[in-house]
Order: sequence, then C-alpha cells, then structure tokens
Amino acid sequence: MSVEINVTGEVVTAYLSGEIDHHNAKEMRESIDNAIELNMPTLLVLDFKNVSFMDSSGIGLVMGRYRNLAKSGAELHITGAEAGIGKMLKLAGIEKLAKLEGR
Amino acid sequence: MQVNNKFTMTVLSRSANESFARACVSAFAAQLDPTLDEISDIKTAVSEAVTNCIVHAYKNKIGNIYITAELLEPNIIRIKIRDRGCGIENIEKAMEPLFTTAGGERAGLGFAVMQSFMDAVSVKSAPQKGTTVTMSKKISRRFKLNA
Ligand SMILES: Nc1ncnc2c1ncn2[C@@H]1O[C@H](COP(=O)(O)OP(=O)(O)OP(=O)(O)O)[C@@H](O)[C@H]1O
Ligand SMILES: [Mg+2]
Repeated sequence: MSVEINVTGEVVTAYLSGEIDHHNAKEMRESIDNAIELNMPTLLVLDFKNVSFMDSSGIGLVMGRYRNLAKSGAELHITGAEAGIGKMLKLAGIEKLAKLEGR
Repeated sequence: MQVNNKFTMTVLSRSANESFARACVSAFAAQLDPTLDEISDIKTAVSEAVTNCIVHAYKNKIGNIYITAELLEPNIIRIKIRDRGCGIENIEKAMEPLFTTAGGERAGLGFAVMQSFMDAVSVKSAPQKGTTVTMSKKISRRFKLNA
C-alpha cells in the first residue's frame, strides 16, 4: 500500500510512500479521502518522509485535500519533505495553504 | 550543436509508462555525470511532459508518445516529447501557472515545473495534429577524482 493511515483523536496522519505521479495519485487520493470522510479530523497531516519522487500530480493531490478539508474548517500540515519534494511544494506555494514542517 | 549521443523510444500513452519514461531518460542522462539534484529535475520535467500526453493529448484514448533525448556539446541534454493528440489552441495561455483544462485534481503547474527545472522549454502545437515539447538542460561539469 502506498498510503498508511493513522488516527489519533481528531488527527489523521497519512504516511505516503514511493513515487507520487498521475499513475499512483488516484489510489493515494482515495485512501486519504476515505479516512477524512470516516474520521472527520480537525487536522490532516501528510507525511512525505518516504516519498522518493513527486511531480505536479502530487501538488494536485495536496491542493485537492486542502479544498476537501476547508469545507469543514480543518487544517493541513505537511511533514518530512526532503529537498526535491520541498522544491515542488515551494514552487506551488503550498506554504500558503499548509504548515510545512521539516523531517 | 554537435550531437554526441542520442536515443529514441516510443511508448503507448498508458500511465504505467510515466515512471518508465522518466527512468529511461534519467538513465541516459547519467552519461553526463549529473548531480542527484540535476537527475531529479530531469525526471520531474519528463514526467510532466509525458503525463500531459496521457492526460490531455490522448484523453479517453491510447496513442503513441515519441521521446528523443540527445547529448550535445557542451554537456547539454535535449529532450523532445511528442504526441499526435488533440493539440493546444493557445500555447501561451496553457503555459501560464495554474492554468488547467482538467479541473479538480490537476494543479495546472506542469509547464511551470518544466520551465523552472530545465534551462529552456519550447512548445509547438497544432489543434488536432499534436504537440511537441522540447526541453534542454546544461549539466554542470564536475571535477572527477579518478579522471
Ligand atoms: N500534450 C498536450 N496536449 C494537449 N494539451 C496539453 C498538452 N500539454 C498540456 N496541455 C494543455 O495545457 C494545460 C496546462 O498544462 P500543465 O501541465 O501546465 O497543467 P495540467 O496538466 O493541467 O496540470 P498539472 O500538470 O499540474 O497536473 C493543460 O491543462 C492542457 O489543457
Ligand atoms: Mg500537466
């Protein structure tokens, strides 16, 4: 599985792994959205520690989840992004939507 | 410009070929002894262009994606990614950051990523004929200990 979900109280953490591209994003998106729907978190944490590659499909994934969460006023945090992933997130201006934390 | 080496491949517009194509081009680029960051930039740019062929050019169908990579003097890689899909009406508009015709799950950042990760990107396109994206990047010459 390319996403592992952990639920602690009102916090859902999604541990992403492998390569995030258009081919893989759909499945990742669905498991994260399932977890959001099921648990109604106030905070979603997307953990990129084990992500080795990401293109703009990954940015689409982050932005889409942000929009989903915004409906219920929940927050989005991003953790563990290494340099290459960080470069993509920065180019997309993700820091305006989500709190970024180093690894 | 002198072409020192070249490879060409054709793949079907199946999403499984996104990772295959970027792996092939980055393995070829390794001949220029790029840094890990340079390899990562090339992989990402190729992934963007190939994904666009799959998602936009051949939306709801399967077609050929033609990929050529050339190694040029001085230490430059030039990559061409071509499709015979739907083409782009307004290239300038399409290349604007955040512009997308796909909506929903796409960010509209593919061209912005190609432009920021490569040195030069040019797009040729004709509606109903197809699109060619040509990108190049100069690879830094590193001091080789065992040269
Ligand atoms: N090969 C192509 N054939 C036809 N249209 C294309 C092609 N490449 C890009 N386009 C058009 O240009 C637009 C912008 O492309 P770009 O890659 O910047 O964003 P995107 O693919 O929509 O989203 P993202 O790349 O962030 O997932 C696309 O929405 C599409 O309309
Ligand atoms: Mg794109």
